[in-house]
Amino acid sequence: MGRFVVRRLLASIPVLFLVSLITFGLLWLVPGDPASVFLDASASAADLDRVRHELGLDRPFLLRMGEWYLRLFQGDLGTSLLLDRSVTSAILERLPVTLSLTALAFLFSVAIGVAAGTLAAVRHGTAADQGLMAMALLGLSIPEFWLGLVLIWLVAVLLPIFPVGDYVPFAKSPLQWARHIALPTFTLACVQMGFIARMTRSSMLEVLSQDFVRTARAKGLPEPYIVIRHGLVNAMVPIVTVMGIMVGALLGGAVVTEQVFSIPGMGRLVIGAVLARDFPVIQGGLLFLALIYLTVNFVVDLLYAVIDPRVRLG
Amino acid sequence: MSAASAMADGKSTQDPSRASVFARRLFANRSFAIGAALVGMVVVLALLAPAIAPYDPLKGNFRARMEAPGLAHWMGTDHFGRDILSRVLYGARVSLQIGFLVTLITAATGVCIGAMAGYFRRLDGPIMRLMDAFMAFPSIILAIAISSVLGASVVNVIIALSIASTPHTARVVRASVLVVREMEYVEAARALGAGHARILVRHVLANSMAPLVVRMTYVFAVAILNEAVLSFIGVGPPPPTPTFGAIIANGRDFIVAAPWITIAPGLAILVSVLGLNLLGDGLRDLLDPRMKVATR
Repeated sequence: MGRFVVRRLLASIPVLFLVSLITFGLLWLVPGDPASVFLDASASAADLDRVRHELGLDRPFLLRMGEWYLRLFQGDLGTSLLLDRSVTSAILERLPVTLSLTALAFLFSVAIGVAAGTLAAVRHGTAADQGLMAMALLGLSIPEFWLGLVLIWLVAVLLPIFPVGDYVPFAKSPLQWARHIALPTFTLACVQMGFIARMTRSSMLEVLSQDFVRTARAKGLPEPYIVIRHGLVNAMVPIVTVMGIMVGALLGGAVVTEQVFSIPGMGRLVIGAVLARDFPVIQGGLLFLALIYLTVNFVVDLLYAVIDPRVRLG
Repeated sequence: MSAASAMADGKSTQDPSRASVFARRLFANRSFAIGAALVGMVVVLALLAPAIAPYDPLKGNFRARMEAPGLAHWMGTDHFGRDILSRVLYGARVSLQIGFLVTLITAATGVCIGAMAGYFRRLDGPIMRLMDAFMAFPSIILAIAISSVLGASVVNVIIALSIASTPHTARVVRASVLVVREMEYVEAARALGAGHARILVRHVLANSMAPLVVRMTYVFAVAILNEAVLSFIGVGPPPPTPTFGAIIANGRDFIVAAPWITIAPGLAILVSVLGLNLLGDGLRDLLDPRMKVATR
């Protein structure tokens, strides 16, 4: 196991390097002068020079890249052009909100998705199966930001128990926080729920047709025991892999959902930066999201190795 | 393969009948049939937009602002008095065009990158690490960032969405190339002295298309969803271009007073994406290698 961890860590170094390179290279894509893109046409020459200096555009490319990496290793992502403060601290301040929304949506979608998928597989071919899969497909096809807006409308009109806007942090009032986070969580979880339900169903169907399941039935084991102990445990292997990938989609979805529900997380910071062309914040946000994704997938791979010995020996 | 079976049967007109048999099997699949009907309907409505749209999608009417759906305006009007039905019909044109071009570009880049990685062992490591790095960014955020950096326009949206969807497609192509590469007929072609280019195109790629075709329907669906997000955020095609996402963004501030502005384009996205997903599910059922062997 130790060797597997070391090998996996070493393998992630080139990916981390490429991730940072892509983030750094983003500024290249800007047509023309990034400083003039950030400032408007009326900006003075002095302002332009100041922004150029802040973005490092007045220094040679390789030197700028060297500086960027040097600062990166110290956890310094530069200074926001718009907010005039450290990008790292601005992101860290909002990170807990985004992470809690993502984590809640993750738990919710996995719990419901796995349950629905298992039920559909066990009731394979029945109306229940078809109904559940139709719902899963519908969930997959709904634009999540639109679902959020429709929920806001429905709630505002029909049952105003979930407030929208004026986010309350968990530390301040857990109950108020829960009321604020419920709708965004549901919105975010909807798509992934459908995804997990479909995965679980097909994985379960495959496992339940295996010889060892027939043997378990022949032994006279109770059906629920077979479904969970022999079916679900084996079906989880591919699902765990997908969960890692799902985190990326959830983080992306969280950024957009925060925008819809006016939740002051990282998403609003990044989208605000995107609209203002505040390049250091865009780069920092991208880098942070990628790091979270890579970390989660590192953990998923370790989990995977624990569940399935073939992975760590292969 | 079709040439071989045609020769064996002594028929020269094998292909048309094979195609019609396949088409019949496709439409016998319920997912595919419903999906094709939904997508077909959206495409036809989008194509006919100039002929059937009751109003100019860009022209406001200050006497008919935020009108609820009724006889004059079937889907109501927005805060400029623009007809929502007309905007949705024209929006479908833009959104479908973007989705279609993203799908084409992604297929091209995904096939090139995936085939290189899967076929040439030396390139596999570096190429796939680069793809892994791209996939570490949430694809929608990558698309938003690229679109914002390039500047909002239809072309830049297409570029941004294509970059975001290429890595996963390349991975799908690579996976099937890796399997096909080891087939005996590839070895036979190599033994006959065929070059890399011929083997790769005629034998490997030609036989790894099934997963790509399925993947393309999902790329199309995701492109429509993501284009809507980009427009909603404000980094999509610039106003007043009607796209599904842009109409929703317009309606956002009036979600309680005039929900129809938001609901109609969202339903249009839902129908398009649902149709494409059903189409993909149907194709997957039919192109699944295990089923292919059983029914060939």
